[in-house]
Amino acid sequence: MKKVFINSIASISSQKTFDNSVFLNEIIDYNNTVIFAHDPDYKQYIPPAAARRMAKGIKMGVVASKIAMDEAGIETVDAIITGTGMGCMIDSEKFVSAIIDNNEQYLTPTSFIQSTHNTVAGQIALGMECKAYNFTYVHSAISFESALLDAKMQLENDEAEHILVGGVEELGEHTTKVHRTINHIKPEAVTISTVLNSKTEGAVFSEGANFFAVSNEKRESCYAELLAVETYNTLQKERVSETIEYFLEENNLKIDNIDLVVLGNNGDVEFDSYYTQLSEGMFRQTQQVFYKHLVGENNTVSAFGIWLASKIIKIQSIPEILKINSIATSEVKTVLCYNQYRGQNHSLVLLKKC
Amino acid sequence: MSKGVAITGMGIISAIGNNVPENYDALINGKKGITRVDNIDTIQRDEIMVGEVKFTNDELIAQLNLPPENNYSRTAMLAVIAAKEAFANAEITDIKKHRTGIISGTSVGGMDMTEKYYYEYLTEKPFQKYIESHHAGDSTQKIAEQLGIEESLVTTISTACSSAANAIMLGARLIKSGKLDRVLVGGADCLSKFTINGFKTLMILSDTFNTPFDENRKGLNLGEAAAFLVLESDEVVKVENKKVLAYVKGYGNANDAFHQTASSDNGDGATLAMEKALKVANLKPSEIDYINAHGTATGNNDLSEGRAILRIFGENVPEFSSTKAYTGHTLAAAGAIEAIYSVLALQHNVIFPNLNFKTPMKEFSMVPQTELKQKVLKTVLSNSLGFGGNCSTVIFSKEA
Repeated sequence: MKKVFINSIASISSQKTFDNSVFLNEIIDYNNTVIFAHDPDYKQYIPPAAARRMAKGIKMGVVASKIAMDEAGIETVDAIITGTGMGCMIDSEKFVSAIIDNNEQYLTPTSFIQSTHNTVAGQIALGMECKAYNFTYVHSAISFESALLDAKMQLENDEAEHILVGGVEELGEHTTKVHRTINHIKPEAVTISTVLNSKTEGAVFSEGANFFAVSNEKRESCYAELLAVETYNTLQKERVSETIEYFLEENNLKIDNIDLVVLGNNGDVEFDSYYTQLSEGMFRQTQQVFYKHLVGENNTVSAFGIWLASKIIKIQSIPEILKINSIATSEVKTVLCYNQYRGQNHSLVLLKKC
Repeated sequence: MSKGVAITGMGIISAIGNNVPENYDALINGKKGITRVDNIDTIQRDEIMVGEVKFTNDELIAQLNLPPENNYSRTAMLAVIAAKEAFANAEITDIKKHRTGIISGTSVGGMDMTEKYYYEYLTEKPFQKYIESHHAGDSTQKIAEQLGIEESLVTTISTACSSAANAIMLGARLIKSGKLDRVLVGGADCLSKFTINGFKTLMILSDTFNTPFDENRKGLNLGEAAAFLVLESDEVVKVENKKVLAYVKGYGNANDAFHQTASSDNGDGATLAMEKALKVANLKPSEIDYINAHGTATGNNDLSEGRAILRIFGENVPEFSSTKAYTGHTLAAAGAIEAIYSVLALQHNVIFPNLNFKTPMKEFSMVPQTELKQKVLKTVLSNSLGFGGNCSTVIFSKEA
């Protein structure tokens, strides 16, 4: 089996993350319950006429994929695999509301065409004229991890050499309103420094795109080696620790071998205990970071966690704002990322210095 | 590379039957399930024909014994019915015994409820339970709950009309790589105003019975269905002494990279998908005994797919037919229902007719199989082509 390397990373998030030459040097605070992506200059990457037709998610996905391809120094790939939990919300909302508002009359196809979940992967393929394998995973909080697992399997078995893998999520106005009614969104505005201790239900909803060029060939730009990806549709809170132990064991590792844990706390009082039991339990002696206070919660935001882990492994420096505890290791060699959403769809991703 | 993955169970609900035997009976007797739409209140009713499962949602709820407070979309209910049949067919009793996962495909997801209660969600408490069943992964999670699959690899693919074919492909790869011992693969989509009106705006819906590969084809009939297959590793088959129905022998996926919704004139994507599948199966085109074509009966698809078939098979195109005239185009489920039809073809050595065909297309001389035909079949190739240029081929075989 071949090894799998993350050769490049790209992130469009609520922070200034699309420029790979910096690493959270400047933080954008908010005072809200929903936060939008901090946009790069899309015109630099997409012709304005094409960009006008694209909803936000497509633009973010296309641009993040270009940044990742450029950094890896590759022109094309053997597979494009994306993950998106909610899909193209903006066009879906446009088309549903037009159906209802006009009683199924006077409809135009554009928003329908762009509403399918695989629009972003399809548009990336169109832009690159890439006729290769093209998949889109749409399973809530493990959409990105499913894509990553698929890519990893193909690279290990040498069915592909270079794969573009990414997660993308866009905010839809109506969907946001609707999720407020069922308390999935925080009741009151919070800031970076208050969200994780807000003691209220729900999360800060967000959007973004995180893309990676992964390969079974280590490039000069290499960030990390991808050791393992595992997803679990269900996992009871009291089963998380032993599941992680078993997962580490399967990868011939012990808790002591983990230099850094990336946790998905989002400040939801109902579900953050999934993480705190780990930070106060099995990983209390391990350096820990979190990130959702900076970039909010969405179905593929865990890809931002992988982005973060990759970056830390490569530059061997952790911005203070990410740190949960004060434990420091001399070198960050092995990193574990754990995420879940509302108690379901758990994922474990293991990265190693390359 | 060339060894197949065993199929040990199948389940289906479609416009032509509520289980596998009923579907087979309809297929060999030429009974199509295309009618006016009854379960959706749409102004398009008199302008379109559909392949509809005739149970109302209330009837499905009763069949599944769901509590009144359930939040199942129609997609989820259809999915669970087919998934349960597949598991029963595979005689699976102890879920925990082997590492079992689910890979499902859907494009509509819970859109049927969202379009019904879109604005009501904001104020009407009783409907708010469906908010969480909107996302595409929901129906897959419901299958897992109903079958008792926990702490497992359960995921969903949405690549429009090739979703279920891709689910079968991933499932087979997961078994081959040893990641899972057993996996339920397939797809589900219900009819919705969203898709009815979407395809209407694209002007590719026929106002009468769809006629795949016919010169005068007027477009597709939308359909709804769910279908699932159980794939198991050689190890499980051996240990449990399982009866193998057929094998997933090869698979390939490629992107047409031509247009967001239309296929390229010369069928580049479909050609590549078939080439890859043949390579994985280690078969020559001449070793394919029957093609279950995607054949949606749109002007664009049948021309593009037909040309791709000619590019692969040249002068020696085997018998081919599209079963869409029976079921309509069931979108994300199509690849799974046609996988089951392919396995049935292998099991019974029979080729199902391409109904409603009269006039060959002027662009080529290919004529589909229009009568039921007995033929010893060793291999069947099934195509699924979708929006976003997504093209998939799965090859099924009698022997590993």
